[in-house]
Amino acid sequence: MSAAANTVSLASHLPVLQVAVPLIAAPIAFILGSLGAGESARRTSAEVCWWFTFAVSVAILAISGNLAATVMDGTVLSYELGGWAAPWGIEYRIDSVAAVALLIVSGINLITLLYAKHAVVREVPERIRGLFYTAWLLCVTGMLGICATGDIFNVFVFLEISSLSSYILISSGRDRLGLLAAYRYLILGTIGATFFLIGVGLLYGLTGTLNMADIATRLPALAGNQTLIVAFGFLAIGIAVKMALFPLHAWMPEAYTHAPSPVSALLAGTATKVAVYLMIRTMYTVFGVELAFDAMMLGVILITLSTVAVFFGSLAAIFQHNAKKIMAWSSVAQIGYMGIGAGLATVTGLTAAMLHMYNHALMKAALFMALGCLFWRIGSMQIDKLAGMGKRMPWTFSAFVLGGLSLIGVPLTAGFVSKWYLILGVLEQGWWWLAVLIVISSLMAVIYIAKLVETMWFREPAVDAPTGEAPLWLLLPTWALVILNFVFGIYTALPVGVARSAATALMGGN
Amino acid sequence: MEHHPVVRVAAKILIPPILLFALYVQFHGDFGPGGGFQAGVIFGAAIILYGLVFGLKATQSVIPPQVASILTAVGVLLYAGVGVWSVMLGGNFLDYNALDSHDPVHGQHVGILIIELGVGITVAAVMIVLFYGFAGYLRDHD
Repeated sequence: MSAAANTVSLASHLPVLQVAVPLIAAPIAFILGSLGAGESARRTSAEVCWWFTFAVSVAILAISGNLAATVMDGTVLSYELGGWAAPWGIEYRIDSVAAVALLIVSGINLITLLYAKHAVVREVPERIRGLFYTAWLLCVTGMLGICATGDIFNVFVFLEISSLSSYILISSGRDRLGLLAAYRYLILGTIGATFFLIGVGLLYGLTGTLNMADIATRLPALAGNQTLIVAFGFLAIGIAVKMALFPLHAWMPEAYTHAPSPVSALLAGTATKVAVYLMIRTMYTVFGVELAFDAMMLGVILITLSTVAVFFGSLAAIFQHNAKKIMAWSSVAQIGYMGIGAGLATVTGLTAAMLHMYNHALMKAALFMALGCLFWRIGSMQIDKLAGMGKRMPWTFSAFVLGGLSLIGVPLTAGFVSKWYLILGVLEQGWWWLAVLIVISSLMAVIYIAKLVETMWFREPAVDAPTGEAPLWLLLPTWALVILNFVFGIYTALPVGVARSAATALMGGN
Repeated sequence: MEHHPVVRVAAKILIPPILLFALYVQFHGDFGPGGGFQAGVIFGAAIILYGLVFGLKATQSVIPPQVASILTAVGVLLYAGVGVWSVMLGGNFLDYNALDSHDPVHGQHVGILIIELGVGITVAAVMIVLFYGFAGYLRDHD
């Protein structure tokens, strides 16, 4: 076989390689990580594990970049796993929506992994670092799989892979409360996954197929069917647990607070985004706009809950005393913005939701990483301990402030772009009151960011407070994300264009 | 359990047939009921029975903990390796037809046999690792 033919054949396998590469890498990382016996051998094997995971992460980012470039013009890649044709076999299906989600996951994965190399030294016991990277790879595998697959049962399998490994990741830190947080997440996450599976089972009973596209063609004939309504409810609630939509968000603040900082950054940047993607995929592609939004009134439910989430999350964030918890509650609020956008069921609304998926991944990962830099130096996330640290760690502090500006939605930042489109989408419906609420909630973000800034900059540091900046290897990935926040806030053509084409495809137009 | 000769003798008689039955369920799985998961559980159960009767130390000299934990990964690699192999032979991922260019049915046969072996190894190893984890907990935390 000639070299050219080889590359062509490899390119046709990219949809499955996107998921298979990290899946195969995980057990290899496990073997590499469990080889070392002594103290120094263990350190070396953890190091080897990181380099291996890094190489794999570069590869999957290259694959998702390649996939995104292929499908942006509207082509849809379909891959028959095991050579079994859809709808009988499992189909991997990459369209522009999936490509955006894949790109978010693999991009955030690479940057947080760069950050993890040094952050784990302080936060994860040496004994389990090899396992840590194995769980990390499995978590990424699960999230990539959810985005790549076109089979709804396969989604459940990947949902479980990513959830089980994220329980491990959350509890892997030295913070003992991480165990409790992971356990709470395990209970709620399992309930969510079970609800999702019951929904899938009912859909399978109704249609006799598990292929999303195939289900979508069969559902309109079943409109009004009682079982369909129940299936819809189970699926919607199951996914809402995973995306931490109010009032099913209880697991998230604890989990993000007590996880090691690279894990908080990875999960905040990807896990909830993938769940939002799954919500959009299930509701728009599988059920379709008519069924989900006209017959089942998903729009009203989603927008009401999301609006409450925005206010409840922001209000709770204002009253927290732990910096990481403030950011975690703020995530509850930010999920609300995506929910509002997805609930509008218009091209502009969906564009806003997709944009915010992307932009929120950038800003929240940057903020968690900046907090991780502070944690590296201080060893605590209590607000009192942060007093005056802004002056001692100017680079970390300015990264935090700039990420915070993006979170608030100040012009020239990525956060502004997505809020702008969200307000446009809301005004399109003539709901000026909702636009006012969105602006008010942004002002609440000003309060909790300002509270942290005030503590870190205007208060005097404690006498015994540590001095010195965070290490360069923590600052570089953090700043890379902060700069991306501004790049995509100023050059908006690329993300907006991609989000709009994805939204148009979801709404069934072209 | 050293002072229970009946249990010891019964276990010694039972363990070899249990292991043999696990292998039967494993490799006869594509003709009759069975397969990798069930076989792995049966195999793991035999080792756990040995551990319950003869003690953790004796069991770990048969299957060292590190070997068991590496085997959990080896099974997954065997499964995924078949996928990579089929891609290299020009088929889709996990397309067993590609494994034999002359007789696709034979390819299917080979493919399912190997991936089920991978499943069996991983399931048995995970059972053993879990047993070691629970049984060794008191010893590790005293």
